[in-house]
Amino acid sequence: MIVAIASGKGGTGKTTVAVNLALSLSGNVQLLDCDVEAPNVHLFLEAQPEGREVVGIPVPVVDADLCNQCGECSRLCQYNAIAVLGTGVMVFPELCHGCGGCALVCPEDAISEVMRPIGVVEESRSGSVHLVQGRLYVGEALVPPLIREVRARSCEEGVVLIDAPPGTSCSMIAAVRGSDFVVLVTEPTPFGLNDLELAVETVRVLGIPCGVVINRAGAGDDRVQEYCAAEGLEILLEIPDDRRIAEAYARGLTLVDAIPGIRPLFASLAARIEAVPPITAGYPVEKSLADVHS
Amino acid sequence: MSTRESLSASLPVAGIQAVRAHVPELVVISGKGGTGKTSVVASFAVLAEDVVVADCDVDAADLHLVLAPEILETHSFVSGHEAVIRQGDCDASGTCHEVCRYGAVIAGEGSSAFVIDPLACEGCGVCVELCPSRAIDFPERDCGEWFLSTTRMGPLVHARLGIAAENSGKLVSIVRNEARNAAAGNGCSMILVDGPPGIGCPVIAAVTGAAGVLVVTEPTVSGAHDMDRVLELAAHFQIPAAVCVNRWDINPEGAESIEARARNHGAAIVGRIRYDAAVTRAQVEGRTVVELGGDAADDIRVVWDRVQRWMEGSTFPGEEF
Repeated sequence: MIVAIASGKGGTGKTTVAVNLALSLSGNVQLLDCDVEAPNVHLFLEAQPEGREVVGIPVPVVDADLCNQCGECSRLCQYNAIAVLGTGVMVFPELCHGCGGCALVCPEDAISEVMRPIGVVEESRSGSVHLVQGRLYVGEALVPPLIREVRARSCEEGVVLIDAPPGTSCSMIAAVRGSDFVVLVTEPTPFGLNDLELAVETVRVLGIPCGVVINRAGAGDDRVQEYCAAEGLEILLEIPDDRRIAEAYARGLTLVDAIPGIRPLFASLAARIEAVPPITAGYPVEKSLADVHS
Repeated sequence: MSTRESLSASLPVAGIQAVRAHVPELVVISGKGGTGKTSVVASFAVLAEDVVVADCDVDAADLHLVLAPEILETHSFVSGHEAVIRQGDCDASGTCHEVCRYGAVIAGEGSSAFVIDPLACEGCGVCVELCPSRAIDFPERDCGEWFLSTTRMGPLVHARLGIAAENSGKLVSIVRNEARNAAAGNGCSMILVDGPPGIGCPVIAAVTGAAGVLVVTEPTVSGAHDMDRVLELAAHFQIPAAVCVNRWDINPEGAESIEARARNHGAAIVGRIRYDAAVTRAQVEGRTVVELGGDAADDIRVVWDRVQRWMEGSTFPGEEF
């Protein structure tokens, strides 16, 4: 079963919910940190490294001896990543999305592909939690391929939790797509509500059931609760607005360790999550571009 | 704080935008979300004399909630294409399914052998090209809207990325371009950009060619970790960076060490903002923090003063806060 923890707004507590939920579930849990631009789960778990792999996207390499500058490759490419210039073909690897089209349409078979590294996937273990984390190289723009690499390393057994990136665009979709349930974390403020509405719309487009966690409950107003009631959204958990929680988080402590009173809240969230029925039967499993390539 | 060279003399060579940006842009970013970027930008917009504000957090835009814009112009954002199978012409060869690397071609229902999942389609066009019965259309994709608005603080350019849409970086570039046009048209002296979280495509689109970035961070392990990454990004694109620690009194030692880290990256430290319940209250009332007043408002005024002097390349009193 795959459960994604997401939010429209950043900084609402996705990582806090993901980590403390992982520690509250019974049995082994896989935790996929798909916020590859700002991966933070590892800061809260003392995990033993188990592996590290550089991942990338396949980009074209043109054999100048075979190429006759017909231009079929650049005609197909939607990303302006390959162009015929004068007597040669120029590749702009940082624009390439790795679709492989240029190699397929080249009538001279002059195009092969090499992996261009865009980040690393690191695996580690902390007790019952198996952490898989993506880390985008600084300066790289293309995020979804690395998220798909993280997703491709999840196993089918047990509970898989996904810490998603904020927002509602392609990287959030890449992290959330194909999960059985989405936990949307928000805060009771106008910004939190606005971005929750966007996230709910997105998750509904994806056709995935969702529930809401309200963090810093009591800090703002009641409009998030009113919205959830009007939309028939289940409020799974309310984490109180408490300076001790903020201070524990600031120091990299997990709430279930630092604040014993929080444990029952996450235990009930864990029980609720364990009762989620799987819906992913028949859904396409994420393919790693590396597998596609080989 | 050492004397800084004039920022205009050290403009980054990060592409054509640097040449065109006659009006300096200050881009507020953070790496980690929720550190207070939007609250800080909204307050700066009140304190500044003549700025254009650009909300470049296009997939979770919030500035409009406190700036209450009156929309003057709405433009659609069309970008890229998406594959759509014409079921009547499909002979179920399965070629599209074989060539798609994004898992976007999925089994259809009833008489449809395959359908394209628009949420997974990258718009690469490979299936369109290779379909033996030419049964795949490739229409342009509607990816959202952008707006030119007026607010009580001056012009605002903002946008809404379509739900689950791609190309947020392109939309960010449009918002910045339109903000430059608005700044030139209104004789404004600065463009304030509310940036997106993270370090990927939309952030790169938001910072390249800017005169400076202000990193709003918080004294948490995540705040420090993600600040490191955005400061590396700023260095990568040769953009001068300043750092401001929000809610510093939640973890005073953490604030100390995060500022030390920032200095090691060569960033200027432009002040600290206290934790203040008035920040949330201002949001609930649809106002900016400085309009409501309080400890955080006082601190933001000091930060704004220092940011302006930093942008002008002059010095300000040291780092004893």
